[in-house]
Amino acid sequence: MSAGQPTLAAYLILGAILFSIGVVGIFLNRKNVIILLMAIELLLLAVNINLVAFSRYLGNLDGQVFVFFILTVAAAEAAIGLAILVAYFRNRHSIDVDDIDELRG
Amino acid sequence: MNSFLMHWTFAIPEIWVLTMACVVLLTDLFWGDRLRDLAAVLTVLTLIGAAVLTIFEMGQSGTAFAGLFVLDPFTNVAELFSYLAVLMVVLYSRRYLVDRGIYRGEVFVLLLFALLGIMVMVSGGSLLSIYLGLELLALSQYALVAFYRDSVVATEAGLKYFVLGALASGMLLYGMSLLYGLTGTLDMRDIAGALVNVTASNLVLVFAIVFIVAGIAFKLGAAPFHMWLPDVYQGAPTVVTTFLASAPKIGAFALIIRLLVDGGYGMLESWQQVFVALSLVSLVVGNVIAIAQQNIKRMLAYSTVGHVGFLSLGIVAGTEAGLASAFFYTVVYVLMSLAGFGMIMLLSRAGFEAERIDDFKGLAQRKPWYAFLMLIIMFSMAGVPPTVGFYAKLAVFQAVIAAGYVWLAVIGVLLAVIGAFYYLRVVKVMYFDKADAETGIIVRDDLASTALSINSLALLVLGILPGPLMAFCFYAMQGVI
Repeated sequence: MSAGQPTLAAYLILGAILFSIGVVGIFLNRKNVIILLMAIELLLLAVNINLVAFSRYLGNLDGQVFVFFILTVAAAEAAIGLAILVAYFRNRHSIDVDDIDELRG
Repeated sequence: MNSFLMHWTFAIPEIWVLTMACVVLLTDLFWGDRLRDLAAVLTVLTLIGAAVLTIFEMGQSGTAFAGLFVLDPFTNVAELFSYLAVLMVVLYSRRYLVDRGIYRGEVFVLLLFALLGIMVMVSGGSLLSIYLGLELLALSQYALVAFYRDSVVATEAGLKYFVLGALASGMLLYGMSLLYGLTGTLDMRDIAGALVNVTASNLVLVFAIVFIVAGIAFKLGAAPFHMWLPDVYQGAPTVVTTFLASAPKIGAFALIIRLLVDGGYGMLESWQQVFVALSLVSLVVGNVIAIAQQNIKRMLAYSTVGHVGFLSLGIVAGTEAGLASAFFYTVVYVLMSLAGFGMIMLLSRAGFEAERIDDFKGLAQRKPWYAFLMLIIMFSMAGVPPTVGFYAKLAVFQAVIAAGYVWLAVIGVLLAVIGAFYYLRVVKVMYFDKADAETGIIVRDDLASTALSINSLALLVLGILPGPLMAFCFYAMQGVI
């Protein structure tokens, strides 16, 4: 790696920051379920950055292959999440996080 | 390429289930309207076929597909128990689904895909295959929970499960990425080899283990990662709850075996400590909060958290005997929750879910046989001899005491006593309370009630003769360590 290129640590810190934003987005978000879906996406993308950075650093392609699988799974996950959200919206006519309170105790 | 396809026959049960899931999907599309039972019958045949194929390959062991796939006794045994769990769910489900107008082929297709996910996890030899199996299971489960889409509670439970489940997968995956960075490989055996040169205090390793164990704890339902469990168990249709409480727990146990034992056994002391904490918190949270519940599905959800605490005791021990006792506990738990939720399903009808504890009032006068079966189920969950629940608890306590954690066993016994209270309350309601006028329970005797009787009586028979099942679980753990 030539001088001036970001180091492995920089990528890992970026991944950790993205992951933290995703987790905080899930727990602190009080507004909209769509934002939860975006936070979940961010979690998976943070992992992808980690894997690609490690893969490049180690000179081993396995990590990048793993990333392709994660991208595919993330797409399937988003599709199912949105489908559940549509079913939920038809019942409750709201996607506010605060309204999800039918089950508690 | 040749070496990649060598031993591909190890995956024949998986290939069979995948093929049949697609066949069920297509045949249901074309003939589902005319032959309403077609999907269910084909699913049962698929499970029987898979069991035969699995029994044929027993005794073999090795890896296939360049290490992505592992075959060992644990794979076979865990797969057989998963088929049994799905089979019971299918046998119980028919009338519940028909009553609610959701008797459609998709339920069975999703069950088969979830089963395939479990099978891939159970036989996963690399982080990649384990992750893909886990996601196949999880995505099928999200869809199953929200499947009853006209129900407000079911869709809400689906939404909650989806968000928290995706978070758990994200954590597990983050731990996997750190493990890959540390060892430079995705293959579990190579990871185990590479970890020999890593000290236990390595910060990246500590983070990797914490994230992976947190993800596993979430999938198992161990406190403090149990927040999804009561809501999902209560909100999901009882058919789906029965499934969630059975086969996926075997899958979650397989995660422990494949990730922590196959890959990280050298790091036993690091993850052992995390499991001590998980076990302690789960025992307390599960057994104490369950006392306050009025809804029996929610009560059984908290009881699940408590059971996970007990089975974690066997994992804490970490020895071959400890893991075998934890596996025995998992299998027994699966049988008990199949029977427990199956009973709720059997007593419900259109417009009446039989999910409040009060709905069981006076069951002994109306239906003495079903009250007796429920009595066995509750005694077994509480761990009263001579039911099999007693032997399961005894085995994990023996293992954890042998590992030197006497104090943990003492706490476990105390909480088992506290837990007995809410199980016995159900028995008291059934036998000593007068039935209300509005809780008219009708049970139509059919295949489901016969299956439920066999399932519940098995808890008693296995309690009197626990030897063969125990030996089978020890057989499964051969060669794992």
